[in-house]
Amino acid sequence: MTNAPAHILTLNDVTLRFGGLVAVNGLSLSIEKGSIAGLIGPNGAGKTSVFNVITGFYMPSSGHVDFRSEDGGIIRITGLPPHKVCKAGLARTFQNIRLFTNETVLQNVMVGSYVRQKSRWWMSLMPGLFRGAEREELEIRERSMRLLNRLGLEAYANAPASSLPYGAQRRLEIARALATEPQFLLLDEPAAGMNPQESAELLGFIRELRSDFDLTILLIEHDMKVVMGVCERIWVMDQGALIASGTPEEIRENPRVIEAYLGKDAVNA
Amino acid sequence: MSLNMFVQHFINALGLGSLYGLIAIGYTMVYGILRLINFAHGDIFMLGAYFVFFATIQYKLPWALGVIIAVIGATMCGLLVDRTAYRPLRSAPRISALISAIGVSFFIQNLSVVVFSGIPRPVVQPPMLMKAIPIGGIRLIPLGLMVPVISFLLVSGLLWIVYKTKPGLAMRSISHDIETTRLMGVSVDRIIALTFALGSALAAVAGILWALRYPRVEPFMGILPGLKAFIAAVFGGIGSIPGAMIGGLSLGFVEIMSIAFFPHLSGYKDAFAFVLLIVILLVRPSGLMGEKQEEKI
Amino acid sequence: MNGTTGKNKTRNNLLTAVSVVLFVVFLSWAPGNLNGYTIRILNLIAINAILGLSLNLIYGMTGMFSLGHAGFMAIGAYVSALLILSPQQKELMWILEPIAPWLLNLKAPFTALAEKGGPLFGWLAFLQVPFLSSLFLAGLVASLFGLLIALPVLRLGGDYLGIATLGFSEIIRIMITNMTPITNGSLGLKGLPSYAGLWTNYGCLAAVLICMTRLMRSNFGNVLRAVRDDEIAAKTMGIDTFRARVLAFTLGCFGGGLGGALMGNLITTIDPKMFMITQTYSLLMIVVVGGLGSITGSIVGAVLVTTMLEWLRFVENPVSIGAFQIPGIPGMRMVIFSLLLIIVIIFRREGIMGMREFTWDWFFRNSSAQAEPQSKGGEAQ
Repeated sequence: MTNAPAHILTLNDVTLRFGGLVAVNGLSLSIEKGSIAGLIGPNGAGKTSVFNVITGFYMPSSGHVDFRSEDGGIIRITGLPPHKVCKAGLARTFQNIRLFTNETVLQNVMVGSYVRQKSRWWMSLMPGLFRGAEREELEIRERSMRLLNRLGLEAYANAPASSLPYGAQRRLEIARALATEPQFLLLDEPAAGMNPQESAELLGFIRELRSDFDLTILLIEHDMKVVMGVCERIWVMDQGALIASGTPEEIRENPRVIEAYLGKDAVNA
Repeated sequence: MSLNMFVQHFINALGLGSLYGLIAIGYTMVYGILRLINFAHGDIFMLGAYFVFFATIQYKLPWALGVIIAVIGATMCGLLVDRTAYRPLRSAPRISALISAIGVSFFIQNLSVVVFSGIPRPVVQPPMLMKAIPIGGIRLIPLGLMVPVISFLLVSGLLWIVYKTKPGLAMRSISHDIETTRLMGVSVDRIIALTFALGSALAAVAGILWALRYPRVEPFMGILPGLKAFIAAVFGGIGSIPGAMIGGLSLGFVEIMSIAFFPHLSGYKDAFAFVLLIVILLVRPSGLMGEKQEEKI
Repeated sequence: MNGTTGKNKTRNNLLTAVSVVLFVVFLSWAPGNLNGYTIRILNLIAINAILGLSLNLIYGMTGMFSLGHAGFMAIGAYVSALLILSPQQKELMWILEPIAPWLLNLKAPFTALAEKGGPLFGWLAFLQVPFLSSLFLAGLVASLFGLLIALPVLRLGGDYLGIATLGFSEIIRIMITNMTPITNGSLGLKGLPSYAGLWTNYGCLAAVLICMTRLMRSNFGNVLRAVRDDEIAAKTMGIDTFRARVLAFTLGCFGGGLGGALMGNLITTIDPKMFMITQTYSLLMIVVVGGLGSITGSIVGAVLVTTMLEWLRFVENPVSIGAFQIPGIPGMRMVIFSLLLIIVIIFRREGIMGMREFTWDWFFRNSSAQAEPQSKGGEAQ
């Protein structure tokens, strides 16, 4: 795999072991900047483990992950703790939604802005002394409201995050991730729990996210309509290893992929 | 240090460590199945001591009867604690049960002050147990040997229950996955009650032996031994019964032997346990024999 | 933007200002018109509020279950006492072993600095008020210990953190009992000059209240709550959760030390037995009953717990030996007290306020156009 200038995230022979279990086996992939990519595979293939490696929650037993930051330089993000990975420009959502349940919707999004916030915590203690800090807090609030607006959540701004309907909670997670001003967005099963109409709308939504926020998007997904409909390139995993990669058309026809999902007999069907 | 002194210290350490271990087992069993630090456990230990004191000294019953009454009484208290303070909070966040445990512990201590009076009471040590027996140049007291032996027997009995009987299997199963165990038709509440009963009984015995060994009972006598025993359980690996015993023995040895070799540290005796705790939590939080707990991301 | 409109905000600020003025008037009126016992209770309420708020910062806001607050109170109390006791008193009190020489006259370096400094170091003048500076230093030293303890221990979660902090608190207490040249050991320190009256205690409370409110309303406050609610998600959003927790813990310990110093000053005697786990029980009660995560809750809790503890004295036949020494008091008071904690945690674990804050809006809900969905955490008016 060449590291052509257009690639923003590269995994190089990443292996992740948990004792005797090999969760990820020599995975290599390279994602083009600005693209929408998909990571699919049957349950237990290791997809979320890959996300956890990329975002710094697991340290791979071997291999590394490189990320091209905004200024063009390449950062080796393997071994960085999760908060530094976010600071470098990668944000993610979770398969089981992880919201700050005892905070309001607005507060959830404002937390996302903290990583880019310049003023320090103690500046808020003294009233009137640090005008710049007060201004920045107001800006963050306004910016967060705009994000909520953009994602259709402004009506919920002061409601507790736990009170939101499921679909709104998913959008809130995305809004919060966007508040960290990422270049790269990892979405873990964004279509989970959606009915066909919602997942159809999701396609356009993801494309808008990509263009409005200048993102590269990698998503894990089981809903094939979404995957085939929005991904420009797809990687397929099975039992920890990469078994195929290519465009949606190529993947659809690939016998190994069909076998992984449906078993050997389905290949000939 | 003479051999005689060393052996005496050794036996002391063995005895103290066994007592810590007996108490620690109760903590580790309850934590293993409920993920709860039973703060009131040290007070069950205290109640065991008080019950035997009242039975034998106040009411002049024979020792064997007193012991039985004390163990049964303390065990019932342990069950009562679970039933009233922990069971209502089974589905609540874990911290709530923890706070409830703290509250119950406080309650039992202060109730004991009201009922038994806060004045420390002396316990009469049966002279038969305290007479020094010379063995090959070394003088030992029977009580000093009894404690580790009794503890060993009790722990062996417990391990037999846990690993060779059906209820024991249920206990181990609950500590892995409580929901699935419930789905398999096990009466989870009953098994939890059994766990509390076993742990409380051991703590009661430890209380009785402690009262004989350090002949004084007072309502707050359970705080420090209880805390140290929990630390011993953590040290040995929370959730592991052998670990609790190993942890208890380790702590007993550290306490006694450090003071034996460095007498000027005796004021800091109680601090050793906490230092041990900090060290084990930093180096190997799962303890000597514990399993690592991972959170799913 | 905010839950309240501009016009309502002005109204709220006005109401708050009026309340503050009324309270100040009350504080001026009180010493001449209320008996000593009531004044003492008022002082105790303020101190307990400071302690409750600082524990709430650690536990309710940031989610760290710390059982060690008594230890930091002890540090604060001893630091402050050592600073304000005169050398003569110290020589008299240290009867078991003589006091460590460097502790004998602690005022000297301060006065020397201020004298030599002249106009350049005019700001050092505040150090010439030994009591206020002793309070500040009490908090500072306590927070330094907090920092030392936080670094190794805050990586642990939940139950283990509770036991580890409890362990540290006990280590501190044992060290105080044993380091007789420094602390006079188990004899404790008696006859502390009582400088702190209603103004000092409530002044400190006001300062703590203002700082905490501003902190929790800022984005950093959002961050602390995020660390409490879901640490993994917080990390993913770029938050160094370890650093945030250490910070919250250290700040909370400052409050603990400050509270301990004020407490020692109120009771005029301190000894290691005051700072046992039983002290932590009381603080836990304040925070839980008031409402974890609510600033208003800690104040309400402090008022309730303090008055209740005092009122309960009349329930039993009291032999009061100081405020928090349990051995020797018949004990019924504490029985009821602990029973209440159990009842609260079983039947209403969110306490009185839950995570909500007091707001003047509550009185005007009928006249406002719509009822805003109750916003949680940090929207104190």
